[in-house]
Amino acid sequence: MNTRRQFLTHAAIAAGGLFCTTRLAFAGAAPAGGGRRPRLVLIVMRGALDGLAAVPPYGDRDYASLRGEAALRAPGTPGGALALDGFFGLHPSLAFLGQCYGARELIVLHALASPYRERSHFDGQDVLENGTPRPHALQSGWLNRALAHLPGMRPREAGVALGQNVPLVMRGPAAVTSWSPSKLAALDDDTLARLTDLYAGDALLAQRLADALAADAIAAEDGADMRSPMAAGDAARPRGANNARYAETVRAAAGFLRREDGPQVAVFDTSGWDTHANEGGAQGQLATRLAGLDAALATLRQELGPAWRDTAVLAVTEFGRTAAINGTRGTDHGTATVALLAGGAVAGGRVLADWPGLAPRALYQGRDLAPTLDLRALLKGMLAEHLGVATRALDEDVFPDSGRIRPLAGLMRA
Amino acid sequence: MSEPFSSAIAANRFGLGARPGELDAIGSGGRDWLRAQLAGAPPQLAGAGLRSSTDILAEALALRRELQAARKADAPGVAAADPLQRLPQLLRPIYASEVTARLQQAVTSERPFLERLTQFWANHFAVSIDKQFLAGLAGSFEREAIRPHVLGNFADLLLAAETHPAMLLYLDNHLSVGPHAPAALRAARRDPQRRIGINENLAREILELHTLGVGGGYTQPDVTTFAAVLSGWSIGGEGGRFRGGVPGQFLFRPELHEPGAKVVLGTRYRDDGFGQGVAVLRDVARSRATAQFIATKLVRHFVADEPPPAAVARLADAFHSSGGDLPRLYHALLETREAWDGGLAKYKTPSDYVLSAYRGLGLPADAAHAPLAPFELLGQRTWSPGSPAGWPDRSADWDGAAALMKRIQWAQALGERLGSRCDAVALAPQLLGANLGSATRTALAHAASAPQAVTLLLAAPEFMRR
Repeated sequence: MNTRRQFLTHAAIAAGGLFCTTRLAFAGAAPAGGGRRPRLVLIVMRGALDGLAAVPPYGDRDYASLRGEAALRAPGTPGGALALDGFFGLHPSLAFLGQCYGARELIVLHALASPYRERSHFDGQDVLENGTPRPHALQSGWLNRALAHLPGMRPREAGVALGQNVPLVMRGPAAVTSWSPSKLAALDDDTLARLTDLYAGDALLAQRLADALAADAIAAEDGADMRSPMAAGDAARPRGANNARYAETVRAAAGFLRREDGPQVAVFDTSGWDTHANEGGAQGQLATRLAGLDAALATLRQELGPAWRDTAVLAVTEFGRTAAINGTRGTDHGTATVALLAGGAVAGGRVLADWPGLAPRALYQGRDLAPTLDLRALLKGMLAEHLGVATRALDEDVFPDSGRIRPLAGLMRA
Repeated sequence: MSEPFSSAIAANRFGLGARPGELDAIGSGGRDWLRAQLAGAPPQLAGAGLRSSTDILAEALALRRELQAARKADAPGVAAADPLQRLPQLLRPIYASEVTARLQQAVTSERPFLERLTQFWANHFAVSIDKQFLAGLAGSFEREAIRPHVLGNFADLLLAAETHPAMLLYLDNHLSVGPHAPAALRAARRDPQRRIGINENLAREILELHTLGVGGGYTQPDVTTFAAVLSGWSIGGEGGRFRGGVPGQFLFRPELHEPGAKVVLGTRYRDDGFGQGVAVLRDVARSRATAQFIATKLVRHFVADEPPPAAVARLADAFHSSGGDLPRLYHALLETREAWDGGLAKYKTPSDYVLSAYRGLGLPADAAHAPLAPFELLGQRTWSPGSPAGWPDRSADWDGAAALMKRIQWAQALGERLGSRCDAVALAPQLLGANLGSATRTALAHAASAPQAVTLLLAAPEFMRR
């Protein structure tokens, strides 16, 4: 039986939501600054990522039997997981993230969950994004509210959503924009001037038009890099097309973020994580999706260039999946899962997990990986250390009534 | 009802956008115009390339088996790209034909309220083309399972949707096996390592998205038991363990069905095979929670992003007291005072926007005029909500900056295409009626060219909303 104590060296221990280890001290929110311009990319993985497949705990004695033929083998075996810390591995499709781990630029957080404890994707995503414990409690998102509290001067549009519309996590009081490549001709200047007049009496459209122009101006300066070589896909596309779309999206994200005067925060969605049937193991459906994510992150790093050093990339999902494989070689909706925090600004090379184990009694409601880490602890720690958002703003506004959820400290390089 | 707005609200909010002359014809009788559309059977779509889902799925399943066999045999004649290409080559033209037929129907229909309701229900029972085979089935699903029942009873609509092969495939139920079903016991004897069993996806989404709603009072054990009830709801003509039946058609497979009586939501259902699931569906269709959930969605779609509770209560009563009679529900909706005030409360979805432009400008909707493109360009590829929850229905989901810019750019392209053939100044009151404001009127009157005037009309705040 693996004991919790074994993980003390590389894990922060949650005790009533309180984190303390020898290595990780509570920092007062370290202010961002010193000329550094932090960048953040948030990737929302919609559909509930199987954390036990993305980061298999091959060292857990119950893991292989729960997963049956889909279980990933230990590192060093054919098709085996990539080595992390001797207990957890990375799915073999995540080669770039494996390199990040080796370069101490990746923190894997496991057995983590938002405060949501039901199993609806849509309510789960709402909680993931709105930053409260309850679905539909707010019509704005934690990331936008955090932007509203960024210290110092910031550009008018501090955040950009890659896509036509803005996901809930990025909606709110701070001005943000959205951008996606267009196959249509740019708007004529005279028509634009007239539309600006026509929208003067319409607050929503006036704001959106101004935001769109701001994003387009950056994209135009950036030139061909942000234009897609891919046509907007057809229906019934071959499988690789989704991955090409991610690559296109991260190129655009990098185009915005690497500037010194553009948005500091970018967000985009990925989908296809809802693997109820034929999920696969080292290869298969989920492996293809993970490979696409991994390739996108590699592209992001390459495109960001020197700005990677000041970047954190956070990938999160609404909840996890059942610990056991189901009757159709997939997994159903679960509870705890993983989050991945990568980037040059991350103090990585660690797995943070207070591992609850996968023994039958340890499972949440007898079926899911039990949550031992509140997602908000991660988000608060990252926002405090990376973007310099003040503790009080985090406790009261960004994550309302979350004072008892202490931020994880030491996530970012000093 | 405030009378000057009657025709514009009827045509633009309840319908799919006014066509020239339509507002005059409606006059102050908006409600009557809509009521009349609820009489008579829903029209069936016609068009080149429309095939039954059974026909399509049988061909797709046969093709998949062929590809799998070739892969297994590592047949030299089969190029590596083939398996990736041949299914899309089958499904993509079917998808294109279906989207075209749906667009043509929407653009030419004299009963646009009925078409909007059809689209509402298709989105309520959403399937998404990003899953294998669904690109070829989403259109026939709407024609076969949704359209015929839009003026019927909700319970019949529900049963038609949940037994359609498109839904069973989309939510993975066709392979779900009861743990004590004969097939599972046989398999366990042969290979104890190999797990076959329940997949709870369809059961959960029926309760959460199709009937009771997420707060509707069900628990995880209800989901699991309901999934056992639905085990055996499958499709004919799959290979291996799932052979038999008419290929591509719904098939109840007793050997996959979890035996025994089961308790779902406090009610005990004896096991009579297929009938057990039908009985659960019939009961959840009649539940008060379902009435509340459906009423909320309908009011959100037709009245406001934040549905007025009083209006929801009236619709829920109509639904519940009539036992799910859909025309009664629609009549209650038309009686809802809040739906008839002059405000343009709903921001158009991209699909709304495209359809209203097609109707307003009389654009050709045939295959030669790239009928799929506007939906893709503007961010709402037909039948691809990406999740079983369907497309969202609030302004904030659609009013992004990039989304707005694409609408305007598309409007500009339309203006240039139409050139001086279109007089936007004369057209504006015909499309917007009493909603046409003085700022837009002035902008159109002072436009530098006919194409620019078309752009300004389609980009006007009044045309962005309904």
